[in-house]
Amino acid sequence: MVAKPLPKPSIHSAPFWNGLAAGVLKLQRCTRCGEAQHPPGPVCRTCWSDALEWVVASGEGVIYSYTIVHRTTTPGFAGETPYIVALVALAEGPRVTTNIVDCPIEDVRIDQAVTAKFDAAGSVTLLRFAPTVEKSV
Amino acid sequence: MRFAAITGYAELPARKGADGVTALDLYCRLARELAVDAGLERGEIDGLLVHTPFDGFSLYWPTVLGDALALDLRYFDVVELGGASAAGMIWRAAAAIEAGLCDHVLCITADVFTGLSGARDLMPAQRGEFEMPYGVSPPNGYYAMAARRHMHDHGTRPEQLAKIAVDQRTNAMAAPGALFGSKSLTIDDVLNSPLVCDPLHLFEIVSPCTGGSGVVVSRRSASKSKHPPIALIGAGEAGTHLNLARRPDITTSLAVRSAEAAFRMAGLSAADMNFAQLYDCYTIAVLIFLEDLGFCRKGEGGRFVAERDLTWGGDFPLNTSGGQLSYGQPGGAGGMIAVVEAVRQLMGRAGGRQIANAAKGVAHGNGGVFADEVTLVMAN
Repeated sequence: MVAKPLPKPSIHSAPFWNGLAAGVLKLQRCTRCGEAQHPPGPVCRTCWSDALEWVVASGEGVIYSYTIVHRTTTPGFAGETPYIVALVALAEGPRVTTNIVDCPIEDVRIDQAVTAKFDAAGSVTLLRFAPTVEKSV
Repeated sequence: MRFAAITGYAELPARKGADGVTALDLYCRLARELAVDAGLERGEIDGLLVHTPFDGFSLYWPTVLGDALALDLRYFDVVELGGASAAGMIWRAAAAIEAGLCDHVLCITADVFTGLSGARDLMPAQRGEFEMPYGVSPPNGYYAMAARRHMHDHGTRPEQLAKIAVDQRTNAMAAPGALFGSKSLTIDDVLNSPLVCDPLHLFEIVSPCTGGSGVVVSRRSASKSKHPPIALIGAGEAGTHLNLARRPDITTSLAVRSAEAAFRMAGLSAADMNFAQLYDCYTIAVLIFLEDLGFCRKGEGGRFVAERDLTWGGDFPLNTSGGQLSYGQPGGAGGMIAVVEAVRQLMGRAGGRQIANAAKGVAHGNGGVFADEVTLVMAN
């Protein structure tokens, strides 16, 4: 069986992956201009400040676009098709590349509300999203 | 650019599989053919620009090729803008000549592209970390998401995208060396081909191949070519990001900016072009570049392609050698197909697919997923 590619955390991204492992979505935010960014980097892409902090994000977002992968070029995923790859716009602004899970492929829609789901995958935890379940008040 | 001109080109036939060669073999073959086409002796060539092939790429890559060919170089470098590398080379070569650094620059791209593993090994760490673990199936998955969003925002339909592949196939049938030049396509053929990444079908996606092509950029006063010199009258380049997730609107590319700069330099607009050779890793890329270069407004690309004959003899000649979709994609060297075909048409050497009175045209290169955009405006 071919192994799936797993993330190799860097010095810039370790807090992100450590957060996921603890069930928390963290984003890098600039203390100078307030912009959040993802993927994380050495400086703020908006103002070039290196005074960056990690903040807890809501885990809520909407699907900006998606594709249903029927034939995959990614090692280890051949047995998973069809599956959904999406760009999810987080409530805090940045978009993430991710999967939509717990969702029949015929139901996925642009602008659909989704909620973060923390999926253990070997030694790391991946950030996936599932359709938001409406809470009754 | 007044002092520089494109004086020759060479193009290898596309082949499936490794064909018993390395990328370095193909580079050397192209260098020989380019020298002959531009009428140059080896000792007259003093410039060399190359891209990064998946097969055999290393540090000192321009030096490796220069050494293999025993060139005496005054200007040599690697241009790494993915599929935009070819277009990016042309204006750099012309600028080097304008600056007085050299007289004859070989611009060469070639690769032995048999699978994605070689490409994966060279990808930026950020892609491996934040995209690959989700099975993004690059690059198909990214362009499929652009297509999906374009359909959502602008009502673009699958049969409109398919039309691009169909007309380019017709062009390939008049292009010796094309990988898929022997069988025509219909819109139904495209839509009935397997969905790879919904909404993109198999026949809307380039096929990896072995091959390559290149051009010679020369100082006009030093040209020995028997062919008409082709002027680079406008060039523009744009980049702001690596990953598609960073694009504010994935249905609009930075080609808006590269094209605006190139047309402004040329003093012309899209409407003045006799043809367009646009980067075409996927049908959706062509549609978006038609809009972003200004051939139609944003969102009207679907109707634009449906209402026009995009073949070499039609009212809007597009990717007249079949483009990468039908000629084949030799990795990052695929971007040179558009450049060479623009030069070939403007030199009047396109044989059975020659566009009548071709005088001005545009070639556009794209790297990554709408990450590196280079637009060239050329004239004879």
